[in-house]
Amino acid sequence: MGKQYLPNLAHKDEMLKEIGFGSIDELFSDVPKEVMHEFNLPEGKSEYDVFLEMNQILDKNKTVLEMPSFLGAGTYFHYVPAHVKYLIERSEFLTAYTPYQAEISQGMLQALFEYQSLIAELVGLEIVNASMYDWGTALGEAALMAARVTKKNKFVVPKHLSPEKKKVLETYVAGAGMEIVYVDWNEKGQLDLEKLKESVENAAGVYIEMPNFFGLIEENIVEVGEIAHDGKALFVVGVDPTILGIVEAPGELGADVVIGEAAFFGNPMNFGGPRAGIFATKNDKKLIRQMPGRIIGMTKDTDGKRAFVMTLQTREQHIRRAKATSNICSNEALVAVAAAIHLASLGPQGLRKLGEIILKNTAYFKRRISEVAELPFDGINFKDVLVQFEVPYDIIHERLLEKNIHGGYYIKPHFPELGESALFAVTETTRKEWIEKLIVALKEIIAEAGL
Amino acid sequence: MYRQAKWDEPLIFELSKPGRVGFSLPDPIEDVEVDIPEKLKRKKLELPELSEPEVVRHYTRLSEMNYGVDSGMYPLGSCTMKYNPKINEEIAGHPKVAFIHPYQDERTVQGALQIMWELEQWLKEITGMDRFTLQPAAGANGEFTGVMIIRAYHLDRGETQRNEMIVPDSAHGTNPASAAMAGFKVIEIPSNEQGMVDLEALENAVSERTAGLMLTNPNTLGIFEEDILEIAKIVHKAGGLLYYDGANLNGILGKVRPGDMGFDVIHVNLHKTFSTPHGGGGPGAGPVGVKDFLKDYLPVPVVEYDEENNRYYLNYDLPKSIGKVKEFYGNFAVLVRALTYLKIMGKSGLKEVSEIAVLNANYLTQKLKGTRGYELPHKELRKHEVVFSAEPMKKETGVKALDVAKRLLDHGLHAPTIYFPLIVHEALMIEPTETVTKEDLDYYVEVLKKISEEAYSNPELVKSAPHNTAVRRVDDVLAAKRPVITWRMYKQLKEKGEIDI
Repeated sequence: MGKQYLPNLAHKDEMLKEIGFGSIDELFSDVPKEVMHEFNLPEGKSEYDVFLEMNQILDKNKTVLEMPSFLGAGTYFHYVPAHVKYLIERSEFLTAYTPYQAEISQGMLQALFEYQSLIAELVGLEIVNASMYDWGTALGEAALMAARVTKKNKFVVPKHLSPEKKKVLETYVAGAGMEIVYVDWNEKGQLDLEKLKESVENAAGVYIEMPNFFGLIEENIVEVGEIAHDGKALFVVGVDPTILGIVEAPGELGADVVIGEAAFFGNPMNFGGPRAGIFATKNDKKLIRQMPGRIIGMTKDTDGKRAFVMTLQTREQHIRRAKATSNICSNEALVAVAAAIHLASLGPQGLRKLGEIILKNTAYFKRRISEVAELPFDGINFKDVLVQFEVPYDIIHERLLEKNIHGGYYIKPHFPELGESALFAVTETTRKEWIEKLIVALKEIIAEAGL
Repeated sequence: MYRQAKWDEPLIFELSKPGRVGFSLPDPIEDVEVDIPEKLKRKKLELPELSEPEVVRHYTRLSEMNYGVDSGMYPLGSCTMKYNPKINEEIAGHPKVAFIHPYQDERTVQGALQIMWELEQWLKEITGMDRFTLQPAAGANGEFTGVMIIRAYHLDRGETQRNEMIVPDSAHGTNPASAAMAGFKVIEIPSNEQGMVDLEALENAVSERTAGLMLTNPNTLGIFEEDILEIAKIVHKAGGLLYYDGANLNGILGKVRPGDMGFDVIHVNLHKTFSTPHGGGGPGAGPVGVKDFLKDYLPVPVVEYDEENNRYYLNYDLPKSIGKVKEFYGNFAVLVRALTYLKIMGKSGLKEVSEIAVLNANYLTQKLKGTRGYELPHKELRKHEVVFSAEPMKKETGVKALDVAKRLLDHGLHAPTIYFPLIVHEALMIEPTETVTKEDLDYYVEVLKKISEEAYSNPELVKSAPHNTAVRRVDDVLAAKRPVITWRMYKQLKEKGEIDI
């Protein structure tokens, strides 16, 4: 099957004859016969058959539209306006590749330049690349870049970091032989400054997140940056960009490098991918030269007209090969463009409002959840809230699921010291009824467990 | 005659009008007051302000100044720009794909896990490998995964001295870059006159320090490495592993499998062979397959199927795993597209893909061969792609491969990959794929011939191309010399009077 995609099937013999081949097999005469293999695979099906089949498989998924969910911990249910999806599905964007031929790819180049520009405004730094794979890989690349810039090989990160990011970071730096040092949190669930000071000696970089893995706003972010700079380390800030309408740009707080997740704008959750990593630096030649990833720049054409082109490519693998700043080639261009379209639609008012709604919804959620559980850390939360139960969380999770509610992300397997805790998250999409349903259910579950 | 839209489309920031609103947001659940500490409060926020119709018009205009596979022939070598069936988009855009969270209870995402598991079974049989991870986001991310697995394997066996990765000089730039990222020293070996791995050079390069060889087969010249079994023997005898850069399987699908050729690790670019759209440079997906003896080193989690209970689940219990190369499980929405495509194509369809792709490439090769100014170095029989050299044309007329590429654009045709592989001077790397028509191929050849005539009669016309695209030849030297990366930088330069665009 699939003949509908293969126009020249109808001209096979004619074409072979025209170029002097007797058969298709002759085209493969250079393949050793002894290893040729006939696929043991099912035969193809009609588009309708596959449409039905895929729908039946997908039907086994239960979405967050069918079941109130309080999952976050690095992926959040945000609403994506319909026009964003329509625009990125324009096939001129969708079916193009990397804009190697700038003159015929100005649309994608300008859209990516605008993405870089919008992120620059958000994070308060001048230099932004056209995307990494995701926040986690951006973190790995930031650590490697810090090592190249400072010629040191230690990278200091909070212990309260998502298990996903920890694992990606550790894998990314293994080849370079870097050491990752984890710094504890304090009683407020924020980075412990005294412990940070002890770890910063000889560090290539110090990393902190806004908000942190517990959903808390790190109040001492400026001080963390100062400690990093006193130790001659790069200050790397990871940010959930949806907070940047209400919280100061990391660039204004001293960050040398800002990373984060662009896909929180303009892109659905998609079971965790695709996403797009933000990567931004100060306008400092030393940093730019070591930056990973593609960069789009503004220039002019031979008529003097404004034009866009991939630039500063001498850092990249296709030119520098083994000496490149990163191996990245394909990135997440379309995800970045979706994020840009969403951001451009939000504007300053929308972004501020989005941040305020999430902040208020989180505060409301905290008040309600504290009716039935403990909140180990007191602070300002954005999306995620660490909730501690007396009842083992797996029981709570199970019983909530029976009631068609998806609870939070159980973090005991990764942070045993936090006991029966889970991260519950809310966003602008969370409904009051969902929280009400959750609190009622939790009360029942806790009461039952007490019997 | 081709004419691309030439909008004088301003930057979105330049379209901004204070007070315009392009969003609609729900009300907060309750108007709770929350105070952000003063020192952390957002001060300046200079985003553009536009209404929704303005945003839509702006990006629609930009899209009109972009060329995709749906616009016309896009034979970018090594990139496999085939048609992307629309059904893939429809399935990938399903709410049951979009609205699921990666940490959901496995019982609520059985469909997603089944898709991943089924895709793995297809990829195993297609490549002849025993296990796959679907986590890598792109080819290069897959390469990094693969070489990290090779590294873990040698370290696990106590062979810590194996720190050299051998890479042919015709390899994709990502190969040496990925190997270096994993901490390997890269040893480059030359190709022979036929454009294939020089066996003697390989013999001389392997040693007890060899971790592996990274190879593309068919290689980047589109030539099948006929000595592949011998190559595998040499590398394995030295204790090294064989890595297959499967950026592109279009030349071998249904004919021969990397696993049967002796490869131990492979990555596959789903966005190339398996027809998921390239999105202007991503998202792609670069699953990695390994032979049985390497499966313990795969990234976590892997997807398992419990047949007895008809249950799919994520397995994190791989103590020797290299860790993770990306958050969560990979570019899931891309995986959905690839599986949809595979189910439609099936066994015979996939075989026909490579047959027609190879037929098209050889048809174009033979039709273009002998045209003045273009030369066909190395052997003639190609697989899915062919690399011509415009070296004679450059010598005789001053018209370079770059100029030929730009002149192609004037005819509504995308250029081939140029100046790659590095071993061919003035390279024009053409990969038609199986989804073009015979007329497309004939026209492409006709235009290349016409450009040759122009080069010899009116070289300035070619050197000043393109003429019919949204902008004329772009000044990339200026872009690098005076970087303008963002609106913020542009404004600063404008204020200082240092920029006139």
